[in-house]
Amino acid sequence: MQRKDKVTLKVQGVSIEFPGVKALSDVDFSIETGEIRAIVGANGAGKSTLMKVLAGANPGYTGTILYNDKPVDIKTPQKAKELGIEIVYQEVDMALFPAQTVAENVMMNHLINGMKTPIVNWNKLRNEARETLERLHIQVDVNRLVGELTLAEKQMVLIARAVREKCSFLILDEPTAPLSISETKELFDIVKGLIREENIAVMFISHRLNEVMEICEKVDVMRNGQMVGQIEVTPELTSKMIVDMMLGKSFEENFPKAVTEPGEVAFEVKHLWDAGGAVCDVSLNIRKGEIVGISGLVGAGKTELCKVLFGDRKRKEGQILLHGKELSIKSPTDAVKAGMGLVPEERRKEGVLVDEPVYFNLSAASLSSYCGPAGFVNKKEELENARHYIDSLGVKTPSENQLVRYLSGGNQQKVAVGKWLSADCQVYIFDEPTKGVDVGAKHDIFQLITDIAKAGKCVLYATSETAEILAITDRTYVMYGGRVTAELKTADATEEEIMYYSTGGK
Amino acid sequence: MADTKKKQLNAGKLITDWAAVIAVVFLLVFFSAKMPDTFATGANFTTIFRSIAVTTVMAMGLTMTLAVGGFDLSAGSTATMASFILMSLLIWYDMNVWLAILLTIAGTLLITLCTMFLIVVCKIPDLLATCAMMFFLDGLSLTYSGGGAISAGMPRPDGSQSLGGVPTVLKTMGTSPTIIVIMVAVVIFVHIFLNYTKYGRYIYGVGGNRTAARLSGIPVQKYRILAGLMAGTFIALAGILVASRNQSAQINGAAAFSMPALSAVFIGRSVAGQGKPNAVGTLIGATLVGVLDNGLVMMSVPYYSLNAIKGVVLAIALASAYYTTKEE
Repeated sequence: MQRKDKVTLKVQGVSIEFPGVKALSDVDFSIETGEIRAIVGANGAGKSTLMKVLAGANPGYTGTILYNDKPVDIKTPQKAKELGIEIVYQEVDMALFPAQTVAENVMMNHLINGMKTPIVNWNKLRNEARETLERLHIQVDVNRLVGELTLAEKQMVLIARAVREKCSFLILDEPTAPLSISETKELFDIVKGLIREENIAVMFISHRLNEVMEICEKVDVMRNGQMVGQIEVTPELTSKMIVDMMLGKSFEENFPKAVTEPGEVAFEVKHLWDAGGAVCDVSLNIRKGEIVGISGLVGAGKTELCKVLFGDRKRKEGQILLHGKELSIKSPTDAVKAGMGLVPEERRKEGVLVDEPVYFNLSAASLSSYCGPAGFVNKKEELENARHYIDSLGVKTPSENQLVRYLSGGNQQKVAVGKWLSADCQVYIFDEPTKGVDVGAKHDIFQLITDIAKAGKCVLYATSETAEILAITDRTYVMYGGRVTAELKTADATEEEIMYYSTGGK
Repeated sequence: MADTKKKQLNAGKLITDWAAVIAVVFLLVFFSAKMPDTFATGANFTTIFRSIAVTTVMAMGLTMTLAVGGFDLSAGSTATMASFILMSLLIWYDMNVWLAILLTIAGTLLITLCTMFLIVVCKIPDLLATCAMMFFLDGLSLTYSGGGAISAGMPRPDGSQSLGGVPTVLKTMGTSPTIIVIMVAVVIFVHIFLNYTKYGRYIYGVGGNRTAARLSGIPVQKYRILAGLMAGTFIALAGILVASRNQSAQINGAAAFSMPALSAVFIGRSVAGQGKPNAVGTLIGATLVGVLDNGLVMMSVPYYSLNAIKGVVLAIALASAYYTTKEE
């Protein structure tokens, strides 16, 4: 593969408006081939919107885009492809065909647009796919079905598909969010190879600032739809400096941690093992009014722990005790009866019923309390309760009858929490509760969780965001490989210490 | 410009929400104008309601099944089996009619439990499990009857003389007004059950998102089975009504009701913007099918062409109901 000529892409004064929000205002941005650039910013800062403009998926923009200093209109994904701009979205499954092989998926553009005869030449197809993968140093067998691949491998298949085309600019939308550390390293090796050997420009969105500083020379920072500046990566740069620029102020640092005096131990877990081997010998306890963190990287077993506790994953061994009494939890129904509530990670899939109204969701776990012995629902009481929680949680919705589908992420999360408040739970388990919500809603959710603890309930807060652990918890357990590797008092813990134990303490 | 767009959207939604009702009204006006002396008479409307009663009762069963997120191809075959059980008990063994009805319902529930076993325990997708059950039941009902229909005066499979006949109670069940009263009662029951009790709400919750329902503490499998058993009861009742209308158990006697009943549920989903299977919508769907059937027969459309026209009207009604659905 010969080195291509240098190509530049410049964005000047681009703005775009969606109903109710100005998603981008007057953004300037430029990149040339052979460069790797990170775009960082808080949720809702406009990173994905900008990348979608470049990929032709946001045709409603105003402003100028220059390709080699010639103005171009990128109003369709086809046009973007013609210019050599390829994007790999975060939801990799949307672009893949799970029942077909890696070879077919890599060669999909060829199969759809490039076939000269109606007969598929399988040998040629496989060989070309294999060559592409080898060129990128990706080790995936071309005959495997894509449905069987890991997330990381799927991303690589998509990258290979993109690079097979006349690709000068590759956009990766939060590629590392679902990846483990070793997978991330592998991805970055491939990306570095792309830049070195193919002379491609790579733009990627990431929230993990450490890796951004490791791989990039320059970082573009966005805030509220504007480009607020570019940072050169130097040895002196710290992630805090980037965060300060992203937020104007650091959100977690500014969140006022309430001083609490937890009571006696109310919730206890002893030597818990799950049947799948993802949770090994976990013991923990929570006092009344205490917020206890579960930190650890993606894949450390946090979600699995939450699900075993809640009866949604099979328990092999171990005891769960509430107020000294052992609970027999075999299903989520048992857990709810015992006074537990789980706010799961996958909000839209698991936390709320999106096609049902707000009031329906708010009483989903406590409907019996509005029912007589015959099972008839007292709608008046139910709606009063719904209105009460909409008010007290500050859910932004036109009425209690609005379908949850139409609420924003943060407001959906408030509904998912409100469901358990209605049920008056004793133990609240939160699994990544701030995923995909904006800073304002994050503040509300933190406040809400603090209030729950103040009311004397037990809170378990699982997250891979160390900053959140430091901001909101009283105490934290660190998990690695399904085991608890440390128990730390938050007031004395540092980000480095948590990271140290999160990576196995090595 | 934004305003007109919004209006168009609202108009689109209005049509979606009321497509089935508009279609019923249109057909009523059309047939009444064409045949004022025969179609638009009280006696004919009674006929229409009588003719949709079986479809509606079966469709109420399917409404429960679809509300909990399931699907059922075997409703017709299950109902046929029910009619065979009932008539064999009455004609072969001269059993008390009420006891026979109870045993028929019990037998049908046993069959439903088998179906639920395939779906809930063996985890076969609903469509495939009920497809298998459909074949199984078609064969089973004929094997049970000795390969033919069961009607009064015919001998048992072993050649001995049968003892009973069709009792008056059963004869009355299939005639108006009784059959219409039964239909209305079933519709009201399902409407109240699904909308005003917690059980109905759980069923809709499970049908909407099984995982979220489970993580809200709703015992998902229990409600899937409950909905299945209630559906089984209504399908048994539909089979009993078919037997009563025919005064016998005919080969594939209830099979013809299966597809109209499913169509009724799907047409009814969108009525009044409900967006999910509901009793009143299903009744409107069944009415649409029934009015169409009746009017076409009266206009002397040859019987062999009826299904073609029904298919076209169904497609139009469904298209207008689903057209504005957003792809995800």
